[in-house]
Amino acid sequence: MRHLIKNPRDFWAGIMFLGVGGLFAGIALTYKLGTAARMGPGFFPFFLGVILAILGLAIALTALREKNKGPGVEKFHWGPVFWVLMPIVVFGFGLKIAGMILMGLFVVIVSSIGSEEFKLRPTVWLAIGLVIFCSLAFVAALKLPIPLCPGFEFFEQFRLCRV
Amino acid sequence: MELLANLQLGFGVALAGTNILYCFIGVLLGTLIGVLPGIGPVATIAMLLPATFVLPPVSALIMLAGIYYGASYGGSTTAILVNLPGEVSSVVTCLDGHQMAKQGHAGKALAIAALGSFFAGTVATLLVAAFAPPLAELALKFGPADYFSLMVLGLIAAVVLAHGSLIKAVAMIVLGLLVGLIGTDVNSGVARYNFGLPELIDGVGIGPIAMGIFGFGEIIRNLEHGQKRDVFVKKVTGLMPTWQDLKTSTMPIIRGTMLGSFLGILPGGGPILGSFSAYTLEKKLAKDPSRFGNGAIEGVAAPEAANNAAAQTSFIPLLTLGIPSNPVMALMIGAMIIHGIQPGPQIMTANPQLFWGMIASMWVGNLLLVILNLPLIGMWVKLLTLEYRFLYPAILLFCCIGVYSINNSWMDVLLAAGFGFIGYLFGKLDCEAAPLLLGFVLGPMMEENLRRALLLSRGDPAVFFTRPISATLLVLAVLLLVIVLAPSVRKKREETFVEDV
Repeated sequence: MRHLIKNPRDFWAGIMFLGVGGLFAGIALTYKLGTAARMGPGFFPFFLGVILAILGLAIALTALREKNKGPGVEKFHWGPVFWVLMPIVVFGFGLKIAGMILMGLFVVIVSSIGSEEFKLRPTVWLAIGLVIFCSLAFVAALKLPIPLCPGFEFFEQFRLCRV
Repeated sequence: MELLANLQLGFGVALAGTNILYCFIGVLLGTLIGVLPGIGPVATIAMLLPATFVLPPVSALIMLAGIYYGASYGGSTTAILVNLPGEVSSVVTCLDGHQMAKQGHAGKALAIAALGSFFAGTVATLLVAAFAPPLAELALKFGPADYFSLMVLGLIAAVVLAHGSLIKAVAMIVLGLLVGLIGTDVNSGVARYNFGLPELIDGVGIGPIAMGIFGFGEIIRNLEHGQKRDVFVKKVTGLMPTWQDLKTSTMPIIRGTMLGSFLGILPGGGPILGSFSAYTLEKKLAKDPSRFGNGAIEGVAAPEAANNAAAQTSFIPLLTLGIPSNPVMALMIGAMIIHGIQPGPQIMTANPQLFWGMIASMWVGNLLLVILNLPLIGMWVKLLTLEYRFLYPAILLFCCIGVYSINNSWMDVLLAAGFGFIGYLFGKLDCEAAPLLLGFVLGPMMEENLRRALLLSRGDPAVFFTRPISATLLVLAVLLLVIVLAPSVRKKREETFVEDV
């Protein structure tokens, strides 16, 4: 199997397009297709999905040809993926409950762990500085409706817009 | 002279006290963020978009345009000093700019980039002012079929001008179109592809996609490669180019400006192609091509001028047709809609203040860039010496706050994280993300125009070939494809993008 795929990056990209296109086309069938003159909600996405699947298949097939030989897919580094994306997800879920002060500290400190040269102390100072800056710039000055620290009136009084 | 009267109106708006201030803030913030390694204009604009919400629409768009120029110039600074292009269009600037920096001419390279950009910006502003009105008038004659064909042409041009595999770029566009269809179908009211989530009924915003793919995805990539950076800080002296330098650079700047202005108008073109082809052209014309790649000042001047000219003229399709020609313009459309402005040919007549104010502010923004950057280079250099381990958590936090603030939606933050992973995956599979963003913005517009065109023709697809405008556009699209697929051109195209990079 492995030696058949001459260009792994193209091959897997093709498989991805094939799968996603098929998925979109399949779901589109559950909506009303309609006719060309009276297009239903499923008409355009169905055909796009089919086109994407065909393109994906073509890409995957050309990746089997010797003359398209290409480098393998680079290894996934799950460390950076985790340390960058996990704090963002927590920020998304926690912002309205815990407020930007806590979530901001969390994002900065936890995401820093993803770096090879992580040191705790400077990171904590950086986090405190950034959170103060963001509170002043985005909430106090630009008046964006971001909860700072729900439950603590002292912080919330700086907000002009409330959620 | 209608043009002069219009420009006068525009400058009246752009130079009004608060607007020039916002233009200044935009340019400053744009440069500040754009100078950070690994952040291109798309992520910068997406990040700073919420900062414009409190402003009136005209000021907001002027500030966003300022952010764009600032970010582009900041990208060139990083390219010259650190050899890290923040965006594809400054890849070429790295080649000779960084060599100049290594030889101790960093100041000169930065100055010639600023001056070249300013010249290009001035010419391109005039071009926009001269060509936008007649084009907008022509655009008013467009029917749904014509619009659909125009978008087809635009998307095909985007593919042709993208670098890397053609067929993958097409697939990325189609994928973008599909992602753009997520959310409620305006005609039937059916919620499509929302997987039962009420948060997705309004569709996916451009903010989470841009921030996820171009911001978060990029950070992950930077982290896995580790940071090998060599900054030439102490050597930034001798800012002023000599007469000899100016003389050598004049023609390249003029040629770069012409090439960039033209390529910027093409849908899908924009700064990337402009800078690549300007560099190639200079290398072809040079008496001694071997100097290129070893610190030739023309190799900085021409692509920087082309880059900036194209950045400006790419506003022409946006302002006249309401069609974005590159991802940055796609974001600008998103920003306009957020501010309640429907992009399209009617802007010029319905909102001349906005239209001409924005055009005039382009020139003002370019002037501010020169004034701002030459004295502040020292400060940008300081920023560049910041270690990445302190930089990226800050960028992450700004992105999180930015993406949340666009709609005050926690779902957008999660979506951005998801697109961050998708962007990382695309990078692994060599799939360029820019066409996806274009497709994403055009998806709903294409569907709507296709639907209207076929409704009017009672389902007869011949309408696309019988209307003269539509037929012309489609013929152009086919021609483009044929040219690119022709074996000789294909080889040439691959060479252009591979050369020295």
